[in-house]
Amino acid sequence: MHTKRMAMKNWNDQKTARAARIAAGQTVADGKMIPAERLTEFLEAVIRPGDRVCIEGDNQKQADLLARALANAAPARINDLHMVQSGVVLPEHLDLFDRGIARRLDFSYSGPQSARIARMLFGGQIELGAVHTYLELFARYFIDLTPNVALIAAVSADREGNLYTGPNTEDTPTVVEATSFKDGLVIAQVGEIVDRVPRVDIPGDLVHFVVDAKKPFYVEPLFTRDPAAVTETQILTAMLAIKGLYAPYGIKRLNHGIGFSTAAIELLLPTYGEALGLRGRICSHFALNPHPTLIPAIEAGWVEQVHSFGSEVGMEDYVAARSDVFFTGPDGSLRSNRAFCQTAGLYACDMFIGSTLQIDLAGHSSTVTTSRIAGFGGAPNMGSDPHGRRHPSEPWLKAGAEADITSPAPLRRGRKLVVQIGETFGDKNVPLFVEQLDALALAQKLNLDLAPVMVYGDDVTHIVTEEGIANLLLCRSTDEREQAIRGVAGYTDIGRQRDRKMVERLRERKIIQRPEDLGINPLDADRSLLAARSIKDLMLASGGLYKPPSRFRNW
Amino acid sequence: MEELSFTLKTPRPAAGARRQAIVGVVASGNLEVLVERTADTDICAIDIATAAHGFRAVWEAVIGDFVARGAGGLRISINDGGARPDMVALRLAQGLRMIEEPEA
Repeated sequence: MHTKRMAMKNWNDQKTARAARIAAGQTVADGKMIPAERLTEFLEAVIRPGDRVCIEGDNQKQADLLARALANAAPARINDLHMVQSGVVLPEHLDLFDRGIARRLDFSYSGPQSARIARMLFGGQIELGAVHTYLELFARYFIDLTPNVALIAAVSADREGNLYTGPNTEDTPTVVEATSFKDGLVIAQVGEIVDRVPRVDIPGDLVHFVVDAKKPFYVEPLFTRDPAAVTETQILTAMLAIKGLYAPYGIKRLNHGIGFSTAAIELLLPTYGEALGLRGRICSHFALNPHPTLIPAIEAGWVEQVHSFGSEVGMEDYVAARSDVFFTGPDGSLRSNRAFCQTAGLYACDMFIGSTLQIDLAGHSSTVTTSRIAGFGGAPNMGSDPHGRRHPSEPWLKAGAEADITSPAPLRRGRKLVVQIGETFGDKNVPLFVEQLDALALAQKLNLDLAPVMVYGDDVTHIVTEEGIANLLLCRSTDEREQAIRGVAGYTDIGRQRDRKMVERLRERKIIQRPEDLGINPLDADRSLLAARSIKDLMLASGGLYKPPSRFRNW
Repeated sequence: MEELSFTLKTPRPAAGARRQAIVGVVASGNLEVLVERTADTDICAIDIATAAHGFRAVWEAVIGDFVARGAGGLRISINDGGARPDMVALRLAQGLRMIEEPEA
């Protein structure tokens, strides 16, 4: 018997192609080392038109030197690139499209570029693949969006290309794994070349070229919230969350969003939480970046363990000195990993609580407005109920039982608590609650199959505002759900159009709980209840280990 | 500056015996609320001086909810620096709570 073989099929074209790229690169580089002043020329030699390219960058660290060098390339040499990257954050990321170097885009997060990316999508300069969650885009790196070339960032490298990423490891291992093991080319920018790296975060045999930027990569202090800006309504909302959700469900394992409402919760743990006797019963294990506002709770002995997506500027020494709490390497500094932490947030946390810009009457939420496409980052992953979860826990079972009163207990799924928290009016008095999400208008305008919804209504279990908590698990009809949402929507148009009688009935069934129903004294909603009232207080609470970036210092 | 005045029926008199309470500060996005006792225990009288014009309907809604909880025998004077309705509702709740608390 003979098995038919494809005639003349070469099974190792990709390896050959990578070898050709490396040879082309060596016309400019000396071994693995690229001279920084010839970086653009180097990229023109190794990148081919139509390549899938990942410029490493997320909501925190950025391969900024490489992004700039690629944006300066000649469009005649490099064009039609398909960018597959977590963050579209630097202006250069979009200059690529303006200059015709790149054409197609798959991404997760666009924070500071959200207005420009919207304009360019409307203008047709960008061909959009999809807006992903981080974990989802990482997954596609291994299936159908594997990069041909990855431009990554590290703190230092040795001459073999071993990389030290420092506390901001973030996406690097994932990007390198997908690219290098599938015959793609990995190019790293580093802050310095050293004889021996403090720890090997990326083995040198996976890294093909290195450029010495002679300065650290850019990092955005995105997770620093100044306690001085926490308002009393945010404090009231945080008290509601702690007393009305964290305590009754016994939430120990959780993820917090980046807004002021959750910063307020962190700052109330050692004061309000302590007075309620909750230490050890809630908030002991986090999937969370090293939030400066978590320092007082850590110092007061609340927090047992934190795994992080990334680091936070200024928190390096504090984290290194608290290795019982954080994950640290043999060099002593934080080891973060976005893919693992997103997985931890999905499967090992009982609650996600975060803010959004718009919530509709079905409980769908979105941060997209008609003029801004901010992307998702990790929120839709954190803020979803994982149907693959199989391990029980007290909060998960309790929430499951509230949602499903008919199934026998051993066959009932638990539920992850997915909580949207916010003030009924946001920035510039814009209402949080809307009749229709702007995301729908956007989807229509761009002819998208899917509206960019951050958290779907069927995943949301609770909405918390200063007016109260709405428990959507206990709603038994879409009508009840709508009135439960209206019932905490305050004096927004949505809130004022509530059916008052129905809302009162929902309150009797504890589907809606007001501050007075939970025995919360409004006079406690005072800034004196915050464990730290300024960035300086946080620094002092850390024993001087937290070194706030200059923009947060006013002393 | 816009001035608004409301005299509203309320289901219950405010509890406690304090004569007066004051909460908040006059600042942008904030407000000062002075609460005083009066003899009319089924009436709550509210005078508002606000920096933001044209929000009468929202004030009516916020104050309507507030008096429905029982705020009889009170005169409330508000100096508003353009606070959002959620902040106004919180300050009113704080003022009521303070005048109902025992003297410190």
